[in-house]
Amino acid sequence: MWNKVQVSPKNWGLSDLDIKRFLKDICEAPGVSGYEHHVAKVIKAAFCQFCDEVRQDRLGNVVFYKKGTGESNRPRILLAAHMDEIGLMVTKVEEGGFLRFTAVGGIDPRTIVGQEVILYGKETLAGVIGAKPPHLTDDEERGKGHKIEDLHIDVGLPEDQVRKLAAPGTLAVIRRELIELAGNSIAAKALDDRAGIAVLLTCLDELERLQHSADVYAVATVQEEVGVRGAAVATYGVVPDIGIAVDVTHGEMPGVPEHDVSYIGKGPALTLGPNIHPKVGKELVRLAKEYRIPYQIEVTPGVTGTDARAIQVTRGGIATGLVSIPLRYMHTSVELLDLDDIKQAGRLLAHFIAAVDHEFVEGLPCY
Amino acid sequence: MLLKRLTEAYGVSGDEGDIRDILKEELSGHADEVYTDALGNLFFRKGKGRGPKVMLAAHMDEIGLIVVGFEKSGLLRVHKVGGIDDRVLVSKPVVVGKNKVPGVIGAKAVHLQKPSERKKAIKIENLYIDLGVRSQDEAEKLVSLGDYVSLSAKTREAGDNCLIGKAFDDRVGCAILAELFKEDFDLDITAVFTVQEEVGLRGSGVAAYSIHPDVAIVVESTSASDVVGTKDASHVTTLGGGPAITLMDASYIAPQVIIDLFVQTAEKLGIPHQFRRLTTSGTDAGKIAQTHAGILTGLVSVPCRYIHSPASIININDVQNTSRLVKGVLNVIAEGGLTLETTTEKIK
Repeated sequence: MWNKVQVSPKNWGLSDLDIKRFLKDICEAPGVSGYEHHVAKVIKAAFCQFCDEVRQDRLGNVVFYKKGTGESNRPRILLAAHMDEIGLMVTKVEEGGFLRFTAVGGIDPRTIVGQEVILYGKETLAGVIGAKPPHLTDDEERGKGHKIEDLHIDVGLPEDQVRKLAAPGTLAVIRRELIELAGNSIAAKALDDRAGIAVLLTCLDELERLQHSADVYAVATVQEEVGVRGAAVATYGVVPDIGIAVDVTHGEMPGVPEHDVSYIGKGPALTLGPNIHPKVGKELVRLAKEYRIPYQIEVTPGVTGTDARAIQVTRGGIATGLVSIPLRYMHTSVELLDLDDIKQAGRLLAHFIAAVDHEFVEGLPCY
Repeated sequence: MLLKRLTEAYGVSGDEGDIRDILKEELSGHADEVYTDALGNLFFRKGKGRGPKVMLAAHMDEIGLIVVGFEKSGLLRVHKVGGIDDRVLVSKPVVVGKNKVPGVIGAKAVHLQKPSERKKAIKIENLYIDLGVRSQDEAEKLVSLGDYVSLSAKTREAGDNCLIGKAFDDRVGCAILAELFKEDFDLDITAVFTVQEEVGLRGSGVAAYSIHPDVAIVVESTSASDVVGTKDASHVTTLGGGPAITLMDASYIAPQVIIDLFVQTAEKLGIPHQFRRLTTSGTDAGKIAQTHAGILTGLVSVPCRYIHSPASIININDVQNTSRLVKGVLNVIAEGGLTLETTTEKIK
């Protein structure tokens, strides 16, 4: 199932096709919050070729270590992208074998009606999400959005078999193959935040061709969607000087105020605001300009809804940054983005890492 | 598998070309005569010219969307073609136009919704198709106004002898009739694959007019609502319960001779069967029955859960049993087992 990313020779770097193929593999792999082991395996297989060491902590965070060239006391930079995705969990087997379920993470029930699902029970089962039939609903009801308790999963099996194969606690995800759209656009499920994982891979690949004195800890974090839990313990474990979260941000679309969104295909969004260390934020902008990397500024007036939120307040406080990929239709199964934004974000992070030295790190606590 | 090919193909009402092509290819060499009419109905005729003239009908078209406008950003505005609940369109992949340009129907992220917004269904006015382009110019290079849009879905096996997929309504009827047409019956048979059923039964009437059969059999797919939270009385049909014979719907009432023919044939052959337990919604059977001076018409359907959604379920046993029943009925007709004469009584 897994196509190993082909890089030969290394100094040519990852091609667009490599990145697309990697995204297809990780987006189609299941990894609901708290159950990231499957997607973690796929990520490890691709990342290992760029790293010196890989370890997994007790919550399941996977930490890829890439050693810097500094002689001693090397700056430590943590990059965090979460590998978990929103999903569904079976709560009850109803008469007739229909399954009731709850949401893991923030799901709009209106986006899962009429979808195919894959259930990861004792066996992998194909199913669909059904609702009350239209001829039994009146006009008023049709005007309302479905609630999760109105929905069920149907696997086309008799009740006794369903009880054996998909007991309460069984996880399910929407079945969606990655869709290649016009230009460099793609749509898939779980691009939040497998896109960030792809940025990390791109960054590590870029670093193969750059001199960096700092040590890099690229972390695929767990349980972001249920309250940024993985990033907190990962940061505690790594003890970085600088922590940068890589996530997705809302892309422009009808019905959303323009100043609240970023634009697809116009480069990574660099966040400024209290969650971001001012020197880290400014340095990212400076390097984007220097290397002519397209970027956009995103201003967040309080804490962000990303791993950056947890990283910043770990241990005695960590200088934090946030780089985001603009994405439309977040938390649906057709999240849409431009691959070019991923590539540019990877490049920018690599140049940031290469630029970090002792002086920069020592200046961080000085206000 | 023909059914998989037919269901995965795209053929929104008015744009049935791809389905026609598959059926032409599938039945090439099996018919004495193949032709299409001005609306796009596809006819295959063969037989001995003895005995009653039989018309078999299933509709090729499926529900979908059509492009009616562009946003400056390159997003496409669409209207519905046929009866779709707007709520099943959200967060689905589609293909647009002849070149099958892929797109998605997105929805505003849950994070950006006000609590009051979340309670409302998302209406077609607030849905659009995203091709991944950045401007109207780019969009217009790929698609045009009037392009048909189809939901896309694979057809796959699931559960206990079930299939998950789209457009079983009515490609399952097309598949059953195409396979039956390859067999030999002692009858003059015209199988017609009709157009535009979903937008008001537009194709079948003109098809029946030109064939002018003695008897017509329509094979459809109909709702199976035997799901959790519904009472027995509202199930319409039961998945796995066998072919559903229609007594009455919004367009049609089955003649007693036809009901007897289907029920007795099913009983004789030991085929599980059921009646469709809903009287609303119309079918090609109603149009055909009212053509010329009236045509004796039968209607049998394959039960389908979550019909008119891209993730619907049918049972393969139901498909096979529907096929067996139609075959049995054709044999009874060939043996002269159906009275076709109208009665005329002289009154002094």
